[in-house]
Amino acid sequence: MGRKLLLEHINVPGINTFDVYRQKGGYRSVEKALKQMTPDEVVEEVKKSGLRGRGGAGFPTGMKWSFLAKPEGVPRYLVCNGDESEPGTFKDRYLMTHIPHALIEGMITSSYALGANTSYIYVRGEMMPQIRILEKAIVEAKAAGFLGKNILGSGYDLELYVQPGGGAYICGEETALLESLEGKRGNPRIKPPFPAIAGLYGCPTVVNNVESIAAVVPIINDGGEEYAKIGIGRSTGTKLISAGGNLAKPGVYEIDLGLPVEEFLYSDEYCGGIANGKRLKAVVAGGSSVPILPANLFMKTAAGEGRLMSYESLADGGFATGTMMGSGGFIAFDEDACIVRNTWNFARFYHHESCGQCSPCREGTGWMEKVLHRLEMGHGSMADMDLLVDVSKKIEGNTICPLGDAAAWPVASAIRHFRDEFEWHVSHAAEAVTRNYGLAHYADPLPKPEPAA
Amino acid sequence: MLRVEDTEMVPVEFSAELTAKFAEIVTRYPEGKQKSALLPILHLVQAEFGWVSAPAMDKVAEYLSIQPVEVYEVATFYTMYFMRPQGKYALEVCRTGPCCLVGAEKIMDHIEQKLGVKEGEVTPDGLFSWRGVECLAACGFGPVLQIGPEYTFYEKLTNESVDQLIEDLKAKANN
Repeated sequence: MGRKLLLEHINVPGINTFDVYRQKGGYRSVEKALKQMTPDEVVEEVKKSGLRGRGGAGFPTGMKWSFLAKPEGVPRYLVCNGDESEPGTFKDRYLMTHIPHALIEGMITSSYALGANTSYIYVRGEMMPQIRILEKAIVEAKAAGFLGKNILGSGYDLELYVQPGGGAYICGEETALLESLEGKRGNPRIKPPFPAIAGLYGCPTVVNNVESIAAVVPIINDGGEEYAKIGIGRSTGTKLISAGGNLAKPGVYEIDLGLPVEEFLYSDEYCGGIANGKRLKAVVAGGSSVPILPANLFMKTAAGEGRLMSYESLADGGFATGTMMGSGGFIAFDEDACIVRNTWNFARFYHHESCGQCSPCREGTGWMEKVLHRLEMGHGSMADMDLLVDVSKKIEGNTICPLGDAAAWPVASAIRHFRDEFEWHVSHAAEAVTRNYGLAHYADPLPKPEPAA
Repeated sequence: MLRVEDTEMVPVEFSAELTAKFAEIVTRYPEGKQKSALLPILHLVQAEFGWVSAPAMDKVAEYLSIQPVEVYEVATFYTMYFMRPQGKYALEVCRTGPCCLVGAEKIMDHIEQKLGVKEGEVTPDGLFSWRGVECLAACGFGPVLQIGPEYTFYEKLTNESVDQLIEDLKAKANN
């Protein structure tokens, strides 16, 4: 049984209200930070924890905080990235819906550490119910003296606001998010300067994911060293994994980093195996942008070791035989799933969501979508696979923001690992149109682990 | 992408209640940074009128003391703002990978048949329109759809639950 730091009280009735959250020990981190710690000491605890950004990049949060410029007389901002739009990822929505005060508490403690007196939670516009939930939680926290002027008599002031987005995946990229928060199109900015130097309104700014901010609460409550004891290697702490696709028990799970992937997939505590007793064909481990892996490579590294749910283990082998933790958006494909169709679907997503600022992304994503669509519809040629790889290479690394990479990797990895299925679509055009797929890349059927005695 | 001048040019008026909401939003940002209020204000305008027309955008620009083009470029960039009138109930079905793995495409086919209009069209009675949208971040509970302006979510859709939803909305509209 893994530890529950973020979801410990998820099933407590009324935990979305201030009173119940407080009864369960909520807002202790704010009291501890404001009454017993200096802002630098809070930053130091986050550094000790080894917490890595939970939005996908995995950059050490404490280090990111320490980069924040602190010129005299210039406001600093903390902006929470709640623009969750990566296909496969729905953990932040879950957290904001059920335990909004965990995020509010994290925002107060983190804002104090960074010296921010105004902070924003940027939430994707489609999550209007979650926006209202957070706004209500802010009102409750303010009424209890945890927001506003002179919080808990500490002399520290903080105003916290929720900002709705307008529906654009690109706003999950931190500089695009800041542009959007300034009331503009979500076009990513060229870095440097990084937001830590010139972010919101040109002022020093930290942008952190919802889960990262919420994780600051147990880190301050229990200490960074305690948090770092959980997990494995540089993958410390717990991680929310949103599991979807062809799973028996899709949902949001909190795991200790380092959990064997086999246990995550097949144990009843987590995903409970593949739906309808089918076999696993492939997995996208960290949201649609990370490389897809056939089941056999996902279960074991190229060296034959059991793969773990950690940043390092999932990435083992590089892109040749590995993938990435990303946002923790876990998508399982059963034996009937069509990799070509799914790859086309993802390519359409990235084409649709490209902001259009960089030519390789704007043009290349559309090109990939068209080629994949004709392959899926049985009108492709054997040369199309090389064409797709060529286009993906011309997008990757040639754009201002990582959306180009995010668009290129699913296509390149699908062809790398499932080229024969793409070729089958060319050689079996009629079956492709009727979606009567004939190829399979099964893992060896794995025994379901025996439940612990 | 729809051109702004293609939209209807019917003048709009913002109520005192609506502008009071605008004013509250503007207070959230530093002085002189009122343009930050643009996205939230466009959401309020759409909730009030059902879509965002060119005259409405002009009024928003006037309110925020920015150029109309600054509003147009934002409203046309983000997918949530409708540039033409929709049905009273605008159904948005997630069409992205994880939802498709569990049947979203069949649900969209069913909605098209049930409503008798293609994606982007409005039913003759003005009650419904529908479209496929990109990932709605509910991948474990698919297929899903949402309906604004509340963005109410409906999860694990089946043909039967979609039929029931549509009938319920028809009954609601007639009451």
